Amino acid sequence: MGQPPLRKKRDLLPYALVTPALAITIAIIFLPMFQTITYSFSQYILYKPQEKGFIGFENYKTAFSDPLFASSLIHTFVWIVSIIVFQFLLGFATALLLNRRFTGRGIARSLILVPWVTPSVITALMWRWMYDGNHGLINQLLAKFGLIKEFIPFLAQTSTAMGSIIVALIWQGFPFFAIMLLAGLQAIPDELYEAAEIDGATKTQRFFNVTIPMLKPVILTTILLRTIWVANSLDIILIMTGGGPGYSTYTLPVYSYIKAYKGMDFGYSSTIAVLLTILLMLIVTGYVRNILKSQED
Amino acid sequence: MKRTRHPLRMALGTYLPILLIVLFAIGPYLWTFISSITPETDLYRAEFRFFPEHPTGENYSRLFTKLDFTSNILDSLLVALFTALLGLGITVPASYSFSRFKFKGRNPLLMQFLIINMFPIMLLIVPLFVMMRIVGIMDTHFALIIAYSTFTIPFSTWMLTSFFNAIPLDLDKAAQIDGCSRIGALVRIIIPVAMPGIVSTGIYIFITAWNEYLYAAILTSSKVRTIPIALQNMIGEFRIEWGLLTAGGIISALPVIILFFFIQKQLITGMTAGAVKG
Repeated sequence: MGQPPLRKKRDLLPYALVTPALAITIAIIFLPMFQTITYSFSQYILYKPQEKGFIGFENYKTAFSDPLFASSLIHTFVWIVSIIVFQFLLGFATALLLNRRFTGRGIARSLILVPWVTPSVITALMWRWMYDGNHGLINQLLAKFGLIKEFIPFLAQTSTAMGSIIVALIWQGFPFFAIMLLAGLQAIPDELYEAAEIDGATKTQRFFNVTIPMLKPVILTTILLRTIWVANSLDIILIMTGGGPGYSTYTLPVYSYIKAYKGMDFGYSSTIAVLLTILLMLIVTGYVRNILKSQED
Repeated sequence: MKRTRHPLRMALGTYLPILLIVLFAIGPYLWTFISSITPETDLYRAEFRFFPEHPTGENYSRLFTKLDFTSNILDSLLVALFTALLGLGITVPASYSFSRFKFKGRNPLLMQFLIINMFPIMLLIVPLFVMMRIVGIMDTHFALIIAYSTFTIPFSTWMLTSFFNAIPLDLDKAAQIDGCSRIGALVRIIIPVAMPGIVSTGIYIFITAWNEYLYAAILTSSKVRTIPIALQNMIGEFRIEWGLLTAGGIISALPVIILFFFIQKQLITGMTAGAVKG
């Protein structure tokens, strides 16, 4: 962006080049999206085609009095906040370490990126196997070191299931934070640190008065991108617990998916999806507004 | 900051934490690999062994003999390859336009590609399912290629625009002075210069398509079965064959990790360009 135009003359070429991308986007994103909004106001259960029809806000009313919707909403918040906080802390620590000079830095950086490219299905399966209540590695190790007497069925009991999946997602996503923050750290000019040092700033002072402020835009952007991604991710939950045991790992996308896939209730599933989208948009706009505000100060 | 550190401080302050983080990152893979070369019966023995007494390739060979894993790989390959080609074919011209021309509606259009990237998959999956049933392309490679384009096209547009923006305008101008048309400049000058970025974006699309699970679970069933679906299907109702599953996991993750190592530098440059500049 910010480059001067090649020609100012009005012509159709730029539009022609954009058209295929735009046409496809309209056909496979915008049309379906409006369809979902329409479904959300309809009774639409796949195996009851006779009853299909417009029902106004009925699905929304159902959602607001549905205890499962409420608990999925709470789980969604717990899910987003805990994952983002830990991914950020671990990612930041990793970035600070990788920003130092040491032998083997390139290899360490590459290896740390591995979880990030791991397919969600593989992530879910690997962790499910490690959490296994009978033969899983984690139980075996805990028992070996005498930390537990009986094996813990991590994914099969309500008290540990959510936390266990959260750890798997922290694993998968922290490299993204690390790499974005590392790029940010490397973009801070050395002179800033040198100037601060000449002014007599201690190491801690340099961290809080140079590193953090300089890194702020990257931190904010990365958190925003990750929040959206984490809020929408459901495949790992589906494969690790399928929402169970009970409904203890239901988040809004999981609920919406299961309603559509198992219940064939496209109407209510769409309503949940629309509400989730509205929620995300609120978070995003609130967040962006805050960033703009803090930049004005 | 070039400063020599005390070796002991270096070891405790840098190497030890890095080692722990690296172990956390690749530990699950190591364990998955060890499990995959352990005979199935040894996996469920009461006494715990870290390494198998008799490592075996039996899980891997069973994948291809007992199960039809070859056709799963082919399905995944086909879908991922064509998703990447379609994505690039459509977004290279669009990104060139966004990068090189100033036209009415440019900024809202570009913004629109960023916003749709945030939409939850659940907003699209049901109508796409209904649409594909009506058109009659359920359970085909084509259905998945279309579905995957919903997230690859917006992403690719942003990546490529950022790569094109990094190419100086003087190159276009020089080409035009030499008598190239604007399309000629794109094909003969800009595309070759941007090739590393284009290839990286293509490989990234390939990786995301190769890894995708949710659309595949809903849009395909028996005729087309990509690797993630095949792996998920190995989880039986009562019993999970972890030997087979871990072997399948290693085989499907390996190409992705290798491909990723080739493009990581380019990809990170493209992704951080916007964020770092702020």
